[in-house]
Amino acid sequence: MKIPYFPGCTLKTTAQNFEMSAIESAKKIGIEFIELPRWNCCGVVASLTSDDLMRHLAPVRNFLRVQEMNKQGLVENENRLLTLCSMCYNTLSLSNLRMKNDADDLQKINDFMHKEEENYDGNIEVVHFLSILEEMGFDKLAQKITKPLKDLKVASYYGCMLLRPKEVGIDDAEAPTILENFVKSLKAETVDWDAGSRCCGSYHTVNNVEIVYTLVKGIILDARKNGAEAIITSCPLCAFNLDVRQSEIKKDNPDFQTIPIFYFTQLMGIALGLNKEALGLEFNKIDAEDILKKKKLIK
Amino acid sequence: MAEKQKMIKVYLTGELFEVPEGSTIMMALEYAGFQLKQGVGCREGYCGACATVYREKGDYKLKGGLACQTVVSEGMAITQIPSVPAEKPIYDLNDLTPDVGTFTKLFPSVFRCVSCNSCTKACPQDIEVMDYIQAIIRGDLAKAADISFDCIRCGLCAMRCPAEIVQYNNATLARRLYGKYLAKKSPELEKRLEEIKSGKYDKEIKELKEMPHDELSKIYYKREIKIS
Repeated sequence: MKIPYFPGCTLKTTAQNFEMSAIESAKKIGIEFIELPRWNCCGVVASLTSDDLMRHLAPVRNFLRVQEMNKQGLVENENRLLTLCSMCYNTLSLSNLRMKNDADDLQKINDFMHKEEENYDGNIEVVHFLSILEEMGFDKLAQKITKPLKDLKVASYYGCMLLRPKEVGIDDAEAPTILENFVKSLKAETVDWDAGSRCCGSYHTVNNVEIVYTLVKGIILDARKNGAEAIITSCPLCAFNLDVRQSEIKKDNPDFQTIPIFYFTQLMGIALGLNKEALGLEFNKIDAEDILKKKKLIK
Repeated sequence: MAEKQKMIKVYLTGELFEVPEGSTIMMALEYAGFQLKQGVGCREGYCGACATVYREKGDYKLKGGLACQTVVSEGMAITQIPSVPAEKPIYDLNDLTPDVGTFTKLFPSVFRCVSCNSCTKACPQDIEVMDYIQAIIRGDLAKAADISFDCIRCGLCAMRCPAEIVQYNNATLARRLYGKYLAKKSPELEKRLEEIKSGKYDKEIKELKEMPHDELSKIYYKREIKIS
């Protein structure tokens, strides 16, 4: 299956290992990501004001590229746009929802567009990679696993952007299960914990670090309390906050026990037997290899 | 008898003037008696000094262009603009790394891009300005350098940008970083630099320097340019 793919800026700069592990994992299960030949930033964060239409130009431009890809034959009759980053997913989805629900706004945006050959027809669907896996069937994914993640206790961290608001959430905002189902398909053990859909502090990491520091500390302590050996997330910003702030907490509190943070496709890659080079574990801030070596999952 | 030059009416800073049809904005301004001290440069469309804005008759849109390249039309309203705003940090290229982090530090405004494409609309060089800004945001400096290659730094992009990005200064930095750190090194260039250092061309340069203007002009326009 070939699917138009929107990487987003973070996966091209500071989180290249997330993208690499996702693309290679997807290949293993017969999904080929076709990157939009031309794309722009998703527009982070989704604008909620009623009169700030300019913020929706960026998402709509990307939707036009998917229409073009179909015309150019790069994909066949594929109106879905695949994302990996939770923030991109959220921003693009919310804009798309507005374009689908408000014909006037769509018209205004289309009128403003310059040098675009066609109008956005409102028919693109933004999807997250996890939803594609769910649709394919986690049982099917389980059948393709060559290296079961036996005994590895994995806490699923959703953060906010995958689940809220519910109009674009990929799962129930209060009691999500999609990541746990994913973890089970890799034959790892799921962890029952409270902090899975708490906020990591998001952009406060830029100029209010102490907020993120406090939130991350709470999240990690909860994970430890419930026996987690690893945490997975699909959001590069959550991953950054959990990873980087943890190292700072450790510096201030030598007794603090850190937990490695994995992008969900890094664990998926291991279970699918990818080479270590395709995982980019060395870029994870908290040592990610130690626990995997202990469990004899990598050498 | 020579045909009479057709004249057209244009508004220069609000005042009606008759100027020869086919004039550029710059020619029209000078024909009307304005002495240009700012916003004028090479007069050949290369230097980017003469960015200006105008309205065409019956069109509400404010358009931008180079005064030396844009031909006036009947009823056109023209005004000269002060210099273009420029966020211009001072940096030493030797201290920088060719990645997105450098832009985060020196040009944080670049991340405000909303992809409206106003910059591309404004560009008299037909550069896909928004695309190179987006390339910078995702750290693809080679692409940014490539797309922005024809930029003459006139500043019209920055003038129209709602996010107050100074596109052309970002592009200049991208090209500098690309040239210094990322581009494939050219052995021909090294060789030529050695030749220059060793004085191989000193005699020729001296001759050119001492040559009378008309003679220099003659050989300049007769020169052959080899593009391999």
